[in-house]
Amino acid sequence: MRASKVFQIASKGLTKNKLRSLLTMLGVIIGVAAVIIMISISSGTEAAIEEQITGLGTNLVFVQSSFSRGGFGREGGGPSGGLVYDDAFAIAEEINGVTAVVVEQNSSETVKVGDTTLEDVAILGTTADFPSVRDMAIESGRYFNQTDIDRTQKVAVLGSTLAEELFGDTPPVGQLVTVGNTKLTVVGVFEEKGLVGSTDFDSRIYIPITVVFQKFTPSQFARIIGDRVRVIYVEVDSDIPLDEIILQIELLLAKRHEVSLEEPDFVIQTQQDIIQTQEATTSAFRDLLTWVAAVSLLVGGIGIMNIMLVSVTERTREIGIRQSVGASPNDIRYQFLTEALLLSLVGGLIGVVVGIGGAYLFGELGEMRTVIVPSSVLLAFSSAAAVGIFFGFYPANKASQLDPIDALRHE
Amino acid sequence: MTIEAIIEIRELTKVYGMGEVQVRALDEVNLTIRKGEFVAIMGPSGSGKSTLMNILGCLDRSTSGKYILAGEDVSDLDKTQLAIIRNQRIGFIFQSYNLLPQTSALENVILPLLYSRNGDLSDAEQAEKALIALEAVGLADRVDHKPQELSGGQMQRVAIARALVNDPVLILADEPTGNLDTRSGEEIMTLMSELHTQGSTIIMVTHDDDIAAYAERIIRLRDGQIETDEQNGGYSPRTTLEEVDHARQ
Ligand SMILES: Nc1ncnc2c1ncn2[C@@H]1O[C@H](COP(=O)(O)OP(=O)(O)O)[C@@H](O)[C@H]1O
Ligand SMILES: [Mg+2]
Repeated sequence: MRASKVFQIASKGLTKNKLRSLLTMLGVIIGVAAVIIMISISSGTEAAIEEQITGLGTNLVFVQSSFSRGGFGREGGGPSGGLVYDDAFAIAEEINGVTAVVVEQNSSETVKVGDTTLEDVAILGTTADFPSVRDMAIESGRYFNQTDIDRTQKVAVLGSTLAEELFGDTPPVGQLVTVGNTKLTVVGVFEEKGLVGSTDFDSRIYIPITVVFQKFTPSQFARIIGDRVRVIYVEVDSDIPLDEIILQIELLLAKRHEVSLEEPDFVIQTQQDIIQTQEATTSAFRDLLTWVAAVSLLVGGIGIMNIMLVSVTERTREIGIRQSVGASPNDIRYQFLTEALLLSLVGGLIGVVVGIGGAYLFGELGEMRTVIVPSSVLLAFSSAAAVGIFFGFYPANKASQLDPIDALRHE
Repeated sequence: MTIEAIIEIRELTKVYGMGEVQVRALDEVNLTIRKGEFVAIMGPSGSGKSTLMNILGCLDRSTSGKYILAGEDVSDLDKTQLAIIRNQRIGFIFQSYNLLPQTSALENVILPLLYSRNGDLSDAEQAEKALIALEAVGLADRVDHKPQELSGGQMQRVAIARALVNDPVLILADEPTGNLDTRSGEEIMTLMSELHTQGSTIIMVTHDDDIAAYAERIIRLRDGQIETDEQNGGYSPRTTLEEVDHARQ
């Protein structure tokens, strides 16, 4: 029989029962769409992470408090209580090869200018080297210096979006903003930086870290042990081996915090470490998604097999009629195999459309970033075809082996 | 004058159920049917009529014995070869019509052509052939009707057109009038008689003496064996309904 005839017979077989055909395809549609959407999500995540890492700048070492060992539950910093502000100075002064140290302390407050009130504005208390280490440029005015920080000067630098929202066309430099209950003078505005990962650098307000300690994150133990901080960024000279610098920082902090190197109350990570952790996370994430997608395709294939088996049983008499007028086992086999293949191909096509549309919608509406990968579309579609042939084979073979007399007698 | 044998069966035996209960549906049957004969097979229910027809129609295989169809030994053919024989040499007509539902008369008649192996016909040529067959059974005005839109007699005529479309050497009919009222049954028999006068070889199963009367030879089966095999004394070819009605009076 001509291939076009097989195709014609098979497609007629499918259109005779449109609802069943659609339901059969549903599994494949979901499977293919899942593959495309999931790969687009994991690619989007990877792209976001990559940007975030490049956005951090180079030659950075991150020192963070670790509460899992040492002094978890203890209030305040100092011995076994995590990092304190003074640790940053100690690192800057005592470690060879350190070119800059930046400390960050986050908070959020209501910000007011005249009639404009913005709730939950991100506040970043930081230090003088922040712009150079994080690669931020000033558009107007100036950034605060070490003197402002030491004297706890009530000054602020605005992100570009925030400046626009608070002041509109009025030049912000020299104006007052009320952050929480504190009035601050705007001394500068940053250039636009955009999103880095999930952090919007442009809608934050940047304040001397000492002001944040005093006004927004006060601690009753600060006088005794110093102000606790979450993270210290250390920029290092690329000529000196990183391991050596890290060891020195470890020794210094262990001494200052009176902890052993075996049980420190801080962790030190390099950019390399962070990239590796992120990569490990994303690849685990991607593996998981791939499995989910593979399983849903498998389920789709089993769905096809199921319905094809039902269909063969239901259409036993039709098979008998075809056999009686001369259909050979192969004719019957190809008919049902082609039906299965058509179901999975059409299902696959619909799945591609749903998948691309879904990935696009996820990216537009959701928090997630998605990148549609053309090879994933191809992969999903060809897996669907393979699934159709694989799972169509058993029912098709079963149909082809029916005895004509039994088939004709079936009702 | 010797007329070519279309069917020759020798010691044909069919045993059902290879376990404890065995049924010998056919028991060493010998039979020769010549080209152009119109044979009726009669006999009580369970005597093996359908079993014989199914083997003659290559839908089933005998347990032992020889079956030579139009000079070719088909006793030991495999499923695919049997399918080709069914397609090229045999037109089978069933009691229950066996038309594809939700499929037009024309498409039902085209069906055997789809599985034809000797040279592919174009769609137009297939439709043309099917149309000629439908005209031959008087259904040229019903080509687009689906089985559920046709009467029993009309459905059986579509089935006859389907049996004819590949120019078979043998037409087999297992109780073709069994589901029809008398009038429709007579119409079908008139059609069969016409085919016979045009040279077709026909073997038909029936329990109805009036229907059997259309045949020129009547074979009676009992318990899987041929009981009697004789020429139909009252046989005279009748090809029109008027003649049928006249003969019945
Ligand atoms: N598929 C089968 N399995 C077992 N026994 C069968 C089968 N088909 C027919 N028979 C038996 O074979 C005998 C002949 O059946 P069949 O040829 O259908 O008779 P008829 O058509 O003359 O009524 C019966 O005894 C019947 O019960
Ligand atoms: Mg019978």
